[in-house]
Amino acid sequence: MHHETITTTHSALLWLIPAFPFLGMLINGLLGKKQSPGAAGILASGAMFLSFIVSAVVFFQLLGMHAEERSLTQTLYTWMHVGDFSANISFLIDPLSAVMILVVTGVGFLIHVYSIGYMKGDPGVVRYFTQLNLFAFFMLLLVMADNYLLMFVGWEGVGLCSYLLIGFWWDDMDKAIAGKKAFIVNRIGDFGFLLAMFLIFVAFGSLDFETVFARATGMPYGSGVVTAITLLLFLGACGKSAQLPLYVWLPDAMAGPTPVSALIHAATMVTAGVYMVARSNILYTLAPVSMAVVAGIGAATAIFAATIGLAQFDIKKVLAYSTVSQLGYMFLACGVGAFGAGIFHLMTHAFFKALLFMGSGSIIHAMHHYMEKTGSHDDPQDMRNMGGLRKHMPKTYWTFLLATLAIAGIPGFSGFFSKDEILWKAFSSGNIAVWVIGAIAAGLTAFYMFRLVYMTFFGEFKPAQSGEHPHESPSVMTVPLMILAVLSIIGGWVGIPHVLGGGNHIEHWFHPVFAGSEHISTLHQGHGIHSSGIEMTVMIVSVLIALAGIGIAYLFYIKKTDIPGKIVSAIGPLHKLVYNKYFVDEIYEAGVVTPIEKTSDFFLWRFFDVKIVDGMVNGAATVVDFIAGHLRKVQTGFVQNYALIMGAAVLVIVLVFVW
Amino acid sequence: MLSWIIFIPLIAASVILLLPRDNKSAIRGVALIATLIDFVICIPLYFRFDPNTAAMQFEEVVSWIPTIGSSYHLGIDGISFWLILLTTFLGPLCIIGSWSSIQKRVKEYHFSFLFLQTGMLGVFCSLDLVLFYVFWEVMLVPMYLLIGIWGGPQRIYAAVKFFLFTMFGSVLMLVAILWLYFHSADPVTGLRTFDLMQIYAMGKPAVQAQLWLFAAFALAFAIKVPMFPFHTWLPDAHVEAPTAGSVILAGVLLKMGTYGFLRFAMPLFPDAVAHFVPVISVLAIIGIIYGALVAMVQPDMKKLVAYSSVSHLGFVMLGMFALNQQGVSGSIMQMLNHGISTGALFFLVGVIYERRHTRMIADYGGIAKVMPKYATVFIIIALSSIGLPGLNGFIGEYLILLGTFKANWVYAAFAATGVIFAAVYLLWMIQRVFYGKLDKDENKELQDLTLREKIVLYPLVAMTVIMGVYPQMFLSKMETSVRVFLENLPK
Repeated sequence: MHHETITTTHSALLWLIPAFPFLGMLINGLLGKKQSPGAAGILASGAMFLSFIVSAVVFFQLLGMHAEERSLTQTLYTWMHVGDFSANISFLIDPLSAVMILVVTGVGFLIHVYSIGYMKGDPGVVRYFTQLNLFAFFMLLLVMADNYLLMFVGWEGVGLCSYLLIGFWWDDMDKAIAGKKAFIVNRIGDFGFLLAMFLIFVAFGSLDFETVFARATGMPYGSGVVTAITLLLFLGACGKSAQLPLYVWLPDAMAGPTPVSALIHAATMVTAGVYMVARSNILYTLAPVSMAVVAGIGAATAIFAATIGLAQFDIKKVLAYSTVSQLGYMFLACGVGAFGAGIFHLMTHAFFKALLFMGSGSIIHAMHHYMEKTGSHDDPQDMRNMGGLRKHMPKTYWTFLLATLAIAGIPGFSGFFSKDEILWKAFSSGNIAVWVIGAIAAGLTAFYMFRLVYMTFFGEFKPAQSGEHPHESPSVMTVPLMILAVLSIIGGWVGIPHVLGGGNHIEHWFHPVFAGSEHISTLHQGHGIHSSGIEMTVMIVSVLIALAGIGIAYLFYIKKTDIPGKIVSAIGPLHKLVYNKYFVDEIYEAGVVTPIEKTSDFFLWRFFDVKIVDGMVNGAATVVDFIAGHLRKVQTGFVQNYALIMGAAVLVIVLVFVW
Repeated sequence: MLSWIIFIPLIAASVILLLPRDNKSAIRGVALIATLIDFVICIPLYFRFDPNTAAMQFEEVVSWIPTIGSSYHLGIDGISFWLILLTTFLGPLCIIGSWSSIQKRVKEYHFSFLFLQTGMLGVFCSLDLVLFYVFWEVMLVPMYLLIGIWGGPQRIYAAVKFFLFTMFGSVLMLVAILWLYFHSADPVTGLRTFDLMQIYAMGKPAVQAQLWLFAAFALAFAIKVPMFPFHTWLPDAHVEAPTAGSVILAGVLLKMGTYGFLRFAMPLFPDAVAHFVPVISVLAIIGIIYGALVAMVQPDMKKLVAYSSVSHLGFVMLGMFALNQQGVSGSIMQMLNHGISTGALFFLVGVIYERRHTRMIADYGGIAKVMPKYATVFIIIALSSIGLPGLNGFIGEYLILLGTFKANWVYAAFAATGVIFAAVYLLWMIQRVFYGKLDKDENKELQDLTLREKIVLYPLVAMTVIMGVYPQMFLSKMETSVRVFLENLPK
């Protein structure tokens, strides 16, 4: 078997990366109402910036090392040590986690800064930054952990922050319910993660990545245990990363403030499942069944969510379904063995999707102020109330457009390189069906994204009232947009494929992490297709599909705006199905939630517990009461009688024992 | 040392008897000082306790009733160590917690409470079966009074039910203790003994006899835990009991049952244990899921917390009968966690009950607006109860499930669903109590946590964090005792 001895270097810096946001959380949290709103935002953003600086230092330290030796660790203390089980609080920075910490702290910092503008004037702003810092802390634990248990701490911790931040405006019950739903659906996934950890420990005697992966290479290809472990882990990933059938919480999660959607529900937390699968790449590669499941669920989710995205009018809902769909791409990549491509797309997606959400936040922010000023009660998130914003919000428009070009996969933009890498890997590994689905979903993505752009930024501003119109957001919001816009363009240049004359640096960067898996899969599945001619053709096909999507959107929403209406009336029931998200929520409600609740209430509690279990006890009491009513007559009050009975009783007991 | 810990509350109780009944603050002050001293003198035990031995430590042996071979024998090991600390830690918090809520018969209340402390501490320290049984029974009376006098409208029913359930189990246990005594004759001297250490060292009874004896002990303890289906006394007792009564009931009293398994039923009858693993594990799993589902639909907050106890104690039992290091250590950890978290939840329910005199979830809604500190504490404690990593509950549940998985993965898979349901019932309650519009006039002026309430709650919050972040502090003390406990059970 392929063995690589990984030499690790100790680093005393690593703990600082999560420590800064933790400290920020602590200070803001303990000061609470005494903290000034302005200071809270600056403190929280400053903490993220420091964390980013340390991350960058660590990254360059890694860069300066020999490729095969790129691994920094730091152990803080033993968390639990019971019998043969032990788990440490310790960190691992390798090429994979290095990219993750840069994304988390970098994009995280920008979103913190943006939040200062977005949340200005909100009475809960200190609480907001406390929870946002807490989120960053847990997210960093998640990606920096050197073992599954610590990863799980981060995993559940980010879930908690997601719960708190979705329900941030909890006096609106719907938002509180959305938060709770996110937590509970995630818990279903975590159930899988937990069982997977137990099985990993039983199978490999450890939860440390290094030990587990080293021992896993000794397992037979297709091993049942490894298949079970990976499927259970994937259940966890489906919860956290909103894949079928557990994606239902993410669209509802849009109830949270928009920067939260950008940070947690687009750029970082929801990608944790992808990170976890990529981290466990050796295990997955050893379990071809699980790989097929991951690819299948990923592809299915990519197209399923994209179709829902076609028919939504709420700007954030479109982006939410788009995120679900893009996460599907990342899993699709992992499922076909292209873990590096999956993480590459995770990174570019973090740039352009964070930008899209923040852009939509800028729009909503402006719409909200407009609605307030004009006293209108229209929904500030409904795209049918928008239009023509290009003129009024040029910075938001241009940055948003660049992100849209990136997600649509237009050559040169970041999303093009990562998406193309995924589609090519799907094709070249022989998963043609997966490639076809991915390519169609890419076309749908281009279509719904340009539909969004045309409906919001083009045409005339719909509610135009007496010269009043929305205004561009302040610089504290637009500058982060511009930085992300630059990243949305150049962020993909680290992965320009060889066929286009690039160096695909990111693939080489990730190579030490995924080398073991590549070795195993070549051993068992051969090399796949290698032909620059085919690669070019596949690339051109996907670009054409994307352009077609844009073209159709242009036709429908700019040229002949009556077409969508006609289509809707022509396919009535189908549109209703898609518009209502295939009624999945309703099905879960009627099929799972309500039955459990009603059974618990009317059967388990009111009938079984009260009538049967307790009833038996009370029944026994009644019998005793009856008997006692007669026995009472024994209580004569005469001491001699008691003495007689006691004496007889003692005699009986002694006799019994002597016997 | 241990005698002081056990009897300081009783001494204080006697002092209180001498105080005039109108001088409520003197009575409360004496009780508070006594329970505080009791906790403080426990702290040196932490440093003096040797984690490298499973032998009993701080032992005290005094001849007591030599004619029947019973002595006043005290001692603790890694299994009972933390339960003592938990009991003395909760003591002063309960006194402070009842500072304003108990206005009726203050003297009798504090007398009963201190008397109860002595009983509970005695149970955890006793190494003589007669002594143990005396403390075990003695506990019943003050608890009965606490529910029956200072309880809610249905208090008499609840108190009697509590008493009868526990008595029923105790009587069978007494028979089993007597059996042990009559079979404890020393082959040389012919003397019999009630001393637990001596009985441990003896040859074990025949397997058939062990089964009966185990069953007798187990029934007594299972009722106390309470395990499904003996749990129905618990919701009634909790709902009727005054706040501090509920705290002590959930925090410590229920652990008498689980502790009883570890100290008596299992080591005394090791060959019977294996036979009972399937029955107890399945009942524990039913308890976990059933308790959680029934908790979910409770309209009364206190009843919800009570049923959640059934679920949590199911975890404790399950881990114990996994019969491995992780399971048993997790189980002990979970006893402590439950004491802290559920104790805190009962305090928290008490806080708004004192303000609004209702515990119905439907009477609240949106109160996080007027009680933000209360909401924050409530949510942290609920999260610890849900088993969020970083807080205490996770450590116990994780180790229990890991141990169970090693023993029987099917059990672990079913039990792990409890993790999902716990999130459902607690978050749903939080949502309905704290979130949404503050639409009821009665709730608009609710006062946030008072200083006294903070003094009670903040230490509990701190404990949930300490135990979650640095559990080794706790686990390392029990490691050796648990290992030896397991070595003495047949594989």
